[in-house]
Amino acid sequence: METLQHLWPPVRLTLELATISTMTLLMLATPLAWWLARSKRSWKEVIATIVSLPLVLPPTVLGFYILIALGPDGPGGAIANLWGARTLAFTFQGLVIGCIVSALPAVVQPIRNGFAAIGDRPLEAAATLRASPWKAFWRVALPLASPGLLSGAVLGFANIVGNFGVVLMIGGNIPNRTRVMSTAIFDYVETMQWREANILAGGMVVFAFVVILSMILIQKRFAGAGA
Amino acid sequence: MTADQNIRAEFRSTLGNFTLDTSFEAPIRGVTAIFGPSGCGKTVVLRCIAGLIRVKDGYFNIGGEIWQDRGQVFIPTHRRPLGYVFQEASLFPHLSVRRNLLFGAPHEHAADTPTIDFDEVVDLLRIRALLDRSPRNLSGGERQRVGIGRALLAQPKLLLMDEPLSALDRKTKGEILPFIEKLRDHFSLPIFYVTHDMTELERLTDHIVLLERGHVVASAALSELQSDPSSTLATSREAAVTLKGRVEASDPKFGVANVSIPGGMLITPPPPLPTDAIGEPRRIRILASDVSLARERPSRSSILNVLPARVVAMKPLDHYETLVVVKLGEDGEGARLLSRMTQKSWAELGLAEGQRVYAQVKYVSLGPGRGEPEE
Repeated sequence: METLQHLWPPVRLTLELATISTMTLLMLATPLAWWLARSKRSWKEVIATIVSLPLVLPPTVLGFYILIALGPDGPGGAIANLWGARTLAFTFQGLVIGCIVSALPAVVQPIRNGFAAIGDRPLEAAATLRASPWKAFWRVALPLASPGLLSGAVLGFANIVGNFGVVLMIGGNIPNRTRVMSTAIFDYVETMQWREANILAGGMVVFAFVVILSMILIQKRFAGAGA
Repeated sequence: MTADQNIRAEFRSTLGNFTLDTSFEAPIRGVTAIFGPSGCGKTVVLRCIAGLIRVKDGYFNIGGEIWQDRGQVFIPTHRRPLGYVFQEASLFPHLSVRRNLLFGAPHEHAADTPTIDFDEVVDLLRIRALLDRSPRNLSGGERQRVGIGRALLAQPKLLLMDEPLSALDRKTKGEILPFIEKLRDHFSLPIFYVTHDMTELERLTDHIVLLERGHVVASAALSELQSDPSSTLATSREAAVTLKGRVEASDPKFGVANVSIPGGMLITPPPPLPTDAIGEPRRIRILASDVSLARERPSRSSILNVLPARVVAMKPLDHYETLVVVKLGEDGEGARLLSRMTQKSWAELGLAEGQRVYAQVKYVSLGPGRGEPEE
């Protein structure tokens, strides 16, 4: 069984990537979703469309632009300069950025729906009870939108674990640095390592099953306990 | 009435094809009803007062404290010392009843100690048994009681209630109404109460702001407006007057009681009042259709209440019916009553304004007293 040791690095890297990216995504997507759900500005749907673009674009197109942005001549290169590196492309940090961009719509949409489903009333009630907008957000809006936040987190995590195209374009599939499960499977198939490919692919099937089942259960639990 | 002892409100705006043009003054004590048919803008006015809607041309002053002055002053809702009871209780479903109640309550170590006490509210509204439950498992009436308690515990200087009973069924309505009467009598807190329900109006309120299609038609004391023949309240089918009475004596043998009203004494029907009710103030309600007039005192009649009065006004309602306003007392120095009669009766009795008559009151309904268990 020691022969399977080499399967661990891509699994660990995938989990690290998905965890870090999902946590960052929640911090970015929650205020964005709040603004999209509450703002009355007409151009907010333009922003919503830009956020949703990764859903429709081929991963190669998305990956191509992110690669350029991360490269030595893009903003990513400038950031990398801060610690003396030349580029963010083909690095773990670059992967995190790429995954955040491509998973953003999957996270923003359910959180936005969660906020929209609350309606104005609980926030009005909070305001008549001396709650500042800040307190109303933390003590009323966020707890009431928690099913949306949970859905967003699960979908975002799953999206990142399942990301192949963007990860391949900007990560380069470097073992121990940017080789995650999805790209590792691709390698094993190319080199005819069927057993390894089977184990990783089977694991992904089980993972996808758990994700979808938990989503259904989350929605069922909260739908039954509506306001 | 100087502005500092009053509530003064002005809100003007055009919202779609609805024009709001309201301006009124109301006393800073007691219950003020914002009354009118559906769609007349009652709730909009209440929401403007709360600051939930911001109209540019708005002004609100409560006892010298200005909450809005056109574009110059606008205190946001969460900084206004108000309580708001919504039509549907709108409790926070993720918090227990207790945490809902305490949501707006000042912290214990806050500088000014609360004047409306947690235990007092919980007992008054009878919600102690619900404290650790989730609002999801409460009945409509229970939820609304918690909603009222939550608003009170925010220590408001003005309580706004937006048709708090209209989402409830008839039976539950009858259960909640006494609680609102109790809080009116218990806390010296001005209440603005939006309603289109005549019963709630007559049982709860002291002052009315009458709205029609976004305009204030009248703002006056309830009893004044009820007996003003030009108001729609007086000409409606269920027109009635509400009088302030005082229990003077009770007769255990027949179960009736004597209640004094301005300009006369009424005998109220059973059930008998408890003896400790003597001296209590009570609301009396008399329907226009329960009052008939006679030129001479009837010598023998099953009607117990026959009171001398003077005709002060009459208004034909249609071709056949007339509304007559009388003032009680030999010289018409007392309270006003309404009487609804046919044109034929008016003509055959030869009635005229200023004439002495006897008002025969067929039925008197008596409001509940302080702390009386509701039925």
